[in-house]
Amino acid sequence: MSPRRLDTTALIYLALAGVVAVGGAAVAMDGGNLFSTANLVDMFTRTSLTGFLAIGMTLVILCRSLDLSVGYTAALSSLVAATTMDGDPGRIVLGVAAALLVSGLIGAAGGAVVAFLGVNPFIATLGVGLIIKGYLDTRYKGPAGDVPALFQQFGYTRVAFLPISTIVMLALAAAGIWFLRSTRTGHHMYAVGGDIDIARMSGVRTKRVLMAAHVLCGMAAGTAGLLLAARFGTGSAESYTNLYELDAIAAVVLGGTLLLGGRGGIAGTVAGVLILAVLDTVFNVMQINPFAKDVLRGAIIIAAVAIYARRQLGRTARRPRFDAATTGAGTGRP
Amino acid sequence: MRHLRTASAALIGGGTGTVFALLAAIFIAVAFINPGFFEWPSLMAFLKQAAPLVILAAGQYFVIVSGNFDLSVGALVGAQVVIAAKLIDGEESRTLPVLGVMLLFGLGVGLVNGLITTALKVQSFITTLGMMLVLYGAIRLWTGGAPTGSLSEAFRGPGRRGIEGVPLIGEIPWAVLIMLGAGAAAIWLMRTRFGRILVATGDNDLAAELSGARTGTVRTVAFVFSGLSATVAGLLIGGYAGVSAQVGEGMEFTVITAVVLGGVVLGGGRGSVVAAMAGALTLEALFTLFNQMFLPASIRPSVQGAIIIAAVAYAAWRRTRRPVAATATVNADPS
Repeated sequence: MSPRRLDTTALIYLALAGVVAVGGAAVAMDGGNLFSTANLVDMFTRTSLTGFLAIGMTLVILCRSLDLSVGYTAALSSLVAATTMDGDPGRIVLGVAAALLVSGLIGAAGGAVVAFLGVNPFIATLGVGLIIKGYLDTRYKGPAGDVPALFQQFGYTRVAFLPISTIVMLALAAAGIWFLRSTRTGHHMYAVGGDIDIARMSGVRTKRVLMAAHVLCGMAAGTAGLLLAARFGTGSAESYTNLYELDAIAAVVLGGTLLLGGRGGIAGTVAGVLILAVLDTVFNVMQINPFAKDVLRGAIIIAAVAIYARRQLGRTARRPRFDAATTGAGTGRP
Repeated sequence: MRHLRTASAALIGGGTGTVFALLAAIFIAVAFINPGFFEWPSLMAFLKQAAPLVILAAGQYFVIVSGNFDLSVGALVGAQVVIAAKLIDGEESRTLPVLGVMLLFGLGVGLVNGLITTALKVQSFITTLGMMLVLYGAIRLWTGGAPTGSLSEAFRGPGRRGIEGVPLIGEIPWAVLIMLGAGAAAIWLMRTRFGRILVATGDNDLAAELSGARTGTVRTVAFVFSGLSATVAGLLIGGYAGVSAQVGEGMEFTVITAVVLGGVVLGGGRGSVVAAMAGALTLEALFTLFNQMFLPASIRPSVQGAIIIAAVAYAAWRRTRRPVAATATVNADPS
């Protein structure tokens, strides 16, 4: 199991290195330097927001679930944080806590609908997202709240070329990797995503695991909302229009985590986020039409998943012994 | 007596019948608030407005019942309207050739979706998400950001006009006739060999494959039908509402909501195309009800979200409590 996972992750980092090399060469031929401080800052700044969302998304996707509400959760979290802080540096801790609490509760609500009501996660989290959207549209007509200058540092300060937000994101990723590798709940997430019935029969409390993944995903989205608040200096309901959830899912899938659950990890996701950020920066430096970016991004995502699928097919063909076992388990599901 | 019991079971069973009960309940509520709604002109106006969503729901049904998603329909509807405006550019004589181009484009997008999903084994969620990004970017790249050109009168006819002077009813919009035609075709298709294989594929593709069905082919054809439905919907919406950069935005989620509201199960194999189309009508009726109640438009998403969760949770609850029509489970025995 573990050498196989290492395989995919290694492949993704190889792809990242390739993207960096090709991007650097392309920018150099254009007369620029991809590795200048300004460009590096731009590149890493792009990683943090998608990174937070994608780390949480990895957990739910590993459990064979999905969260389409993270963009709305982040928008709501930015508003909760900004209105709670209300310009007072003494209320920063309170604002952060309130934002994380609200986003965790939203994650819990989505998780409960998935785990206890048996609703397809696509529908459950789309529904939760729509409910938040309606609330945001009705309650907030424009930006609200005020983020004290001290907390805005979270959005702007950097150490050399690494923004603080990116460092926090990487720390969260490291914590997530440890969580998946070394804790019982982390292992159970792979089990639930692999086959929820077999996991249940083996004594895993599948509903709790699903709930845990969704709560953590919600809180990761809440952290992304805090970053939004720090960057804008105010809470912004409009930020959900950027379809962050699709970006996050793209990064996760690009990072080699199977949409069908049970295989993948956060290390790959970080590489996926980095690949997207490098591409964005390269397009930006070379002043490629932003719409061409969308086209290329769509094509890259499809191509990456097609390549992963090919690798998987090759592997099952080589091992007929396990093929029979997995197909037997697959059809046992109602 | 037995018929009565079966009928009531069908209505509350969380399956196909439930959506009709829901539709009737919403219509009754609308009638209470605004009795004038059931006069022919306003009823026809309602159906005309609902037609694109109903047609899209039929197309999406094929894809969903075979076990896939099509997230690219919203972007495809938008692309079709923009293509039509740019290519026609106000010239009446170009209407028919451009319709042909749109048809080919819609079928082509569906075919590409289908082939990537079945031949390259990419999950449909990713395939169609990627296609959505590609279409969105490509169309704006082509037009330079904002749609250009304009539609011809002939092009706008199907979405706007109808047969006038019909006794009793007054005007029957073309959109309603197209909707009925598409609905009838979809129902007929589901009764053919293709339809049965499609449902079998969505229910258990391994079993279908072992019984000799060409699962990849029917799934690809399902995507092609979805592309076709987006083309027809684009024609109607373009005619009805005109050209803008926002056409079709978010429509994929509305359509999937409608299909799921009709009791069609994501993952495939269960639900009927009639119920999927009824789900679309129900959703439109619900929006009409919101209008009648003077609810602020901004709160609509909340109600839509709550209803879709409730509907699917109810269906899931009924299924686990009493598995009404348990499908035959096939034991995979490779030998």
